[in-house]
Amino acid sequence: MLILKILIIFMIISSIAAIEMKDLLSAVISIGATGLGLSVCFLLLKAPDLAIVQLVVEILVLIILIRGTVDRDGVHYERREVLPYIVVSIFIIVFLICAYYLVNELPRIGYPIMKISKLYLSESFQKIGAPNVVVSILLNYRVYDTLAAATIFFTSVIGVLTIMRKVGKKK
Amino acid sequence: MIDYFLCIVLFCVGLYAILIKRNLIKIIIGLTIMEYAVNLFLVLIGYKYNATFPIFSRQNVATQQPLNMVDPLPQAMVLTAIIIGLAVTVILVGIAIRLYEKYKTFDIAEIRKLKG
Repeated sequence: MLILKILIIFMIISSIAAIEMKDLLSAVISIGATGLGLSVCFLLLKAPDLAIVQLVVEILVLIILIRGTVDRDGVHYERREVLPYIVVSIFIIVFLICAYYLVNELPRIGYPIMKISKLYLSESFQKIGAPNVVVSILLNYRVYDTLAAATIFFTSVIGVLTIMRKVGKKK
Repeated sequence: MIDYFLCIVLFCVGLYAILIKRNLIKIIIGLTIMEYAVNLFLVLIGYKYNATFPIFSRQNVATQQPLNMVDPLPQAMVLTAIIIGLAVTVILVGIAIRLYEKYKTFDIAEIRKLKG
């Protein structure tokens, strides 16, 4: 899986570009490159449903962020002092060292445990009849999760409508 | 193990943006990067070498090995997480646009003064 490592390194480079770029529109386009790389990663990891959903969501996020940033640029941001940089870099280095030791405790890559998934994989086709196991888990075994996700999404749409409305607002 | 570690490096890039940057849009971008890293990590945990897609085909049901498929449970969970991440990004951008209309800047140090 050398190509997976190359793709993740590409995602890291494009996200560093997105963070460090001065022009906001270019930064938003760079985050689009990161998301599309993630979509290809999902395809390599044998998750086609996730690849499709990530592609659609990435395009939507890109459009929304462009709507938020276009014509709202040109302000010069003065840099912070030195102290926050030092504190944050020390924190991130300690985090990475701890993560390196914790990652070695995980089961090896490519050999998952799959205690619950064995049941789903062997029984779902006989009991439910849906050929796609991911869809049968989402819509049969764990349908309340999906319902809650849809509820959260509609709540956020209502929240955006409330925040962005112009009429009916009294000072 | 190096793949897991690269995911965590990607997570740290997003964390750096949230902690250091003063631009609101850069902070939203950092949150999105962290979300991507966590999703990739979860799917990577469920990956199995030499396994197939978790999809049965009707022609050769008898010959298919259900246990020779990648783990479908993290994929189902991440599918929910992607949708929730979209909802979070939408509402954050909405708040950022309103703040820009009020303060004429994305700089959080200016917004913190809460004048007017």
